Amino acid sequence: MIPIILRDVQLALRSGGGFGLTLAFFLVLVMFVPFGIGANLELLARIAPGMLWIGALLSCILSLDRIFQLDWEDGTLEALATSPIPLSGIVLSKATAHWITTGLPLTMISLPLGYLLNLPPAQYGLVLLSLLCGTPALSFIGAFGAALTVGVKRGGLLLSLLVMPLYIPTLILGAQSVAVGTAEPGIMLALLAALSLCCVVFIPAVSALALRANLR
Amino acid sequence: MSLWEYANPAKFMALSTRVLPALACASAVLLLSGLIWGFFFTPDDYKQGSTVKIIFLHVPTALMAINAWLMMLVASLIWLVRRHHVSALAAKAAAPIGITMTLIALATGAIWGKPMWGTYWAWDPRLTSFMILLVFYLGYMALWRAIEDTDLAADLTSILCMVGSVFALLSRYAVNFWSQGLHQGASLSLDKEQHVDNAFYFPLVICMLGMGLLFITLVLIRTRTEIRLRRLSALQKRTSQ
Repeated sequence: MIPIILRDVQLALRSGGGFGLTLAFFLVLVMFVPFGIGANLELLARIAPGMLWIGALLSCILSLDRIFQLDWEDGTLEALATSPIPLSGIVLSKATAHWITTGLPLTMISLPLGYLLNLPPAQYGLVLLSLLCGTPALSFIGAFGAALTVGVKRGGLLLSLLVMPLYIPTLILGAQSVAVGTAEPGIMLALLAALSLCCVVFIPAVSALALRANLR
Repeated sequence: MSLWEYANPAKFMALSTRVLPALACASAVLLLSGLIWGFFFTPDDYKQGSTVKIIFLHVPTALMAINAWLMMLVASLIWLVRRHHVSALAAKAAAPIGITMTLIALATGAIWGKPMWGTYWAWDPRLTSFMILLVFYLGYMALWRAIEDTDLAADLTSILCMVGSVFALLSRYAVNFWSQGLHQGASLSLDKEQHVDNAFYFPLVICMLGMGLLFITLVLIRTRTEIRLRRLSALQKRTSQ
């Protein structure tokens, strides 16, 4: 499983892998916020945590179809499915690779972007923690959506429609944990981490079910 | 003789031909009598006036919007475990009805909300959960339409329905963290003292039963259409060879 993770990470980092695209998309989204609502610093500070969460979520959706699509097209996925590793293990490694190349960098870049949005200094640590706790759920739920739509031609839009409602609990908990004036962010963070861990455990199994149906 | 016999499409068609007229009549009679009783023969509420009568449409449709999803979940599980085509087609048939019920519940709620809360829409947990349910229905139907191979589509939509149910339930409770409610508690409950007055209770129960029967009738009709469509495409494949 480690070699699959390494391979996917390498593929994502090399040219055409789209590693930088996600981050650039996040940057542009954050840049759009002041254009859309005006550069009022107080207002920006209020909405900054939520905007960072929405931005990270949308940037994550943008890169989801890469999890299985290319391997599906050139037949690698079929070869992987016949390997001794169970299919759910392959989903686990691919989703982990997606998190390493998307969720983790998005979390890191959210701090400088938070500065652009006038994020209150007290919230920096919370934003970092909550994205760190929440992005695994985003990657794994996204992997499920990608497994469902892997056989659909031009399925990008369908994938977003399927995945977005599944992201709602993650977004609510994530945005609540960092909202300015939250009384007890710890509870939200714990719930968020629990959600992520449940996704890591259960999503590979159902995604493997969907992949197997698609490979049949 | 077991229930699974009706997983055979021919048997299902024969049975549904026989029960459909009775079901349709029963749902029409119940719904009409419940609505007429509710609209014309119940008193006005002391606070809400005559707007309270929207309850006779709002509550039954909201109830069926959720039950339609539950029915789809059960049908999907039956398809995944026992691979009865009628079951998968029934789940497919129920989705448009469920989304219609959701839309009616949202619309009647909005019409009710304007005079009572002073707004058509508020970001209240219950209202938002229904909006989320609407999006789940949309995704489910979109996935059915996107995939040509019917068996594969049935597989994938069933898996989506299964996972979606878990996340819909999570969303239902997650929204409670995010906003305080404006919506009142349950209208009916078996164990609590606090529910609607008896004057409204009986016509409401009749309306709910009628709406449930209407849902079953519509699902049967649409499932029959799906089965016929499937037969038609099979025939077309055979003749074109």
